Amino acid sequence: MQIDLIQEARRQAEICNACRYCESYCSVFPALHRERAFADGDITQLANLCHNCRGCYYACQYTAPHEFDLNLPKALAEVRRDSWESFAWPQPVARKFHTHGSAIALALVVGLALLFVAIRSIGSAGGIGFYAALSHNAMVAIFMPAFLFPLASIGFSLRRYWQSVGGKAIKLAHVTSALRDVAKMKDLAAGHGDGCNFEDEDRFTHARRYAHQAIMYGFFLCFASTSTGTIMHYVFDIQAPYPLWSLPKIFGVTGGILLTAGCGWMAWLKLRSERELGDAGAWGGDLGFIALLGFVGFSGLVLYVLGVTAAMPTLLAFHLGAVLSFFVLTPFTKMAHGFYRLAAMVRNAQS
Amino acid sequence: MTPYDIVIIGGGNAALCAAMTAAEAGAKVLILEAAPKPYRGGNSRHTRNFRCMHSAPMWPLADAYHEDEYFADLLKVTGGKTDEHLARMAIRASEECLPWMQDHGVKFQPSLSGTLSLGRTNAFFMGGGKGLVNAYYRTAQKLGVDVLYDAPVTHLELSGDQVTGVDYTHEGAAKSVSPKAVIVASGGFQADLDWLTRAWGPAAKNFLIRGTPYNRGVVLADLLAQDVQSVGDADQCHAVAIDGRAPKFDGGIVTRLDCVPFSIVVNKNAERFYDEGEDVWPKRYAIWGRLVAAQPDQVGYVIIDAKSLELFMPSVFPPLKSDTLEGLAAQMDLPVGKLQETVAAFNAACGDTTNFHPTELDGVATTGLTPAKTNWARPITEPPFYGYSLRTGVTFTYLGLKVDANAQCHSNEGPIKNLWAAGETMAGSILGQGYLAGFGMTIGTVFGRIAGREAAKYAN
Repeated sequence: MQIDLIQEARRQAEICNACRYCESYCSVFPALHRERAFADGDITQLANLCHNCRGCYYACQYTAPHEFDLNLPKALAEVRRDSWESFAWPQPVARKFHTHGSAIALALVVGLALLFVAIRSIGSAGGIGFYAALSHNAMVAIFMPAFLFPLASIGFSLRRYWQSVGGKAIKLAHVTSALRDVAKMKDLAAGHGDGCNFEDEDRFTHARRYAHQAIMYGFFLCFASTSTGTIMHYVFDIQAPYPLWSLPKIFGVTGGILLTAGCGWMAWLKLRSERELGDAGAWGGDLGFIALLGFVGFSGLVLYVLGVTAAMPTLLAFHLGAVLSFFVLTPFTKMAHGFYRLAAMVRNAQS
Repeated sequence: MTPYDIVIIGGGNAALCAAMTAAEAGAKVLILEAAPKPYRGGNSRHTRNFRCMHSAPMWPLADAYHEDEYFADLLKVTGGKTDEHLARMAIRASEECLPWMQDHGVKFQPSLSGTLSLGRTNAFFMGGGKGLVNAYYRTAQKLGVDVLYDAPVTHLELSGDQVTGVDYTHEGAAKSVSPKAVIVASGGFQADLDWLTRAWGPAAKNFLIRGTPYNRGVVLADLLAQDVQSVGDADQCHAVAIDGRAPKFDGGIVTRLDCVPFSIVVNKNAERFYDEGEDVWPKRYAIWGRLVAAQPDQVGYVIIDAKSLELFMPSVFPPLKSDTLEGLAAQMDLPVGKLQETVAAFNAACGDTTNFHPTELDGVATTGLTPAKTNWARPITEPPFYGYSLRTGVTFTYLGLKVDANAQCHSNEGPIKNLWAAGETMAGSILGQGYLAGFGMTIGTVFGRIAGREAAKYAN
């Protein structure tokens, strides 16, 4: 962890702790007000609780040009990204993507190329539908490790996080409390329930909350689509392609629409927001990630619409290549925040 | 340039309440705010609650808070120096203000942690006063109110019984505007240290100003020079004891120190000068502003030991700390021998401390000591020892414009036809001294709305 970032966040947190005007905006302030002094782990935990809703910044009487120069959303955003990079495994790639949108684009190109090569060299082995382009076994061979590696990596990282923030044994109540808040995205609604400040200075709107929910639920639906497909394939021996009124298709199409629209909306909001109230260094990486995630959804939808045309193998390569890159990059991009946020909220439910 | 019906001088709570009310009545309004946008809102930026009468529970306020109790609370702090008619008017009007404020964008929250159980009497703004100010600016602008920042008013042209022009500067150029009506809502003069020094004497040079540096009383002085009726004395101000390391201006809420009741306080000669345990701190911090102002160099030094460190809200800057009293004395530049003597005398005068209770008057007192410490008197013995410096922090001044029940200003010949005042600049019309938490926002809201209504009526 970078000491200077933690030190700056600590300086600001101490001022906040003497003020306390913001205590009902989000989960950060009640957690902050429980402490008299802030250890490094406390700051890391506060940083990962923060959803960058900016309510505290716009309400703050101590922002620049005041000499206290408070900008807590920024200070916490920088500590937060540094914590993800510091806890990431393996370390050599930890700091390559959060701050480098171009690296994410490059990873996408590599993913696409791999899929083109796979389709060309492995081919169908006599399958139908998408399996006519790339056999089911080949897909599993590529995506099983691409799915398991990030999971293992995130697992290592969360362990380190948990140790650094002094986490205790987890009880079911902690998890349900955290999941309840995630489901409603409570911390983007502020204590008054009217949303956060993001795209139009101090105006409270639900735009970011709803965009984020579209992405999150869209992602879960896409994931549910793949999972139900897998179950139908292995448990019930029902092979793709599936009809429209099947679980994989219903989940996949609605999820794809939500994911695509949500990412587009989020990128639009982000472009209108004040860059200096967040982690300006990760601006490119964050936008690159949103674009990648949106492309995963969008390419999936296109594949659904044009899947029976001659363009299918190409479209399949685009979609699966994007999914491959997305999976592998999960521990090293903004995608990691979901795991850390949940962990931070579980930790918060413990105190 | 748009012909304005009403020009409002100032950009805080009272100004905004007046602006919204006048705009809703159909008037074309211009706000001239002296501060740049990030500092808009005057002292309202630093506020956090609104004291509100209510006859039944009214979110976020619990129970009831009746007019007579409210007025009695006010009399207690002003020692009777209160205009009863205007005060009761403000108190009665506060009840309907609460929903009005919410309709105009203000968000409330349950009573803040660490505050003196104000949940029944005071409604807290979510995010504090700047959140309120932001919401009001948005609403005002939606209502068509124009706002100029960095636009300090330099002079009001008064001829006979009306204001004929408002001179101000904007973007470095001198400008003038001739509206039908003018509302002054530009606060006190406490940020003009020269004026404060003329009123208070040289001691005022060492005062810190808790709020905005833009309340320099330019318009107030200009109007007083033209014989507009005033109220209050220039040497009356609300001052509290705050952390001596606070910024000269705009330190706001975080500079408060709540540790005095658990401490001994000495002056630069290491002598105690007042009963630190007279009452709970929220009831005494205003007295300590004046006590410290009366000490040499207008500075006090708070000393506590390890057992008291966690009994009060965290301070914005960490305390000075030493394992020995000598070490602490050296850090504070206090005479070592004298400090040891003072602490020893205090410790010897402490008695049985088993009834010590940090949040109530516990009667744990010194015996045979002058001045006595009448509550929370525990010996200063347990290292490490901690220290803070204390200085006088001025919140606002009482000298202001005298207004009537319509918030209208007067000259010696009678009412000035088109001049109203609201907020801190006329609060002296109601409060002669003392202060009740959240009452400034009540005055600003009530009289801001009255001024807006009356000015609009006149302009239409």
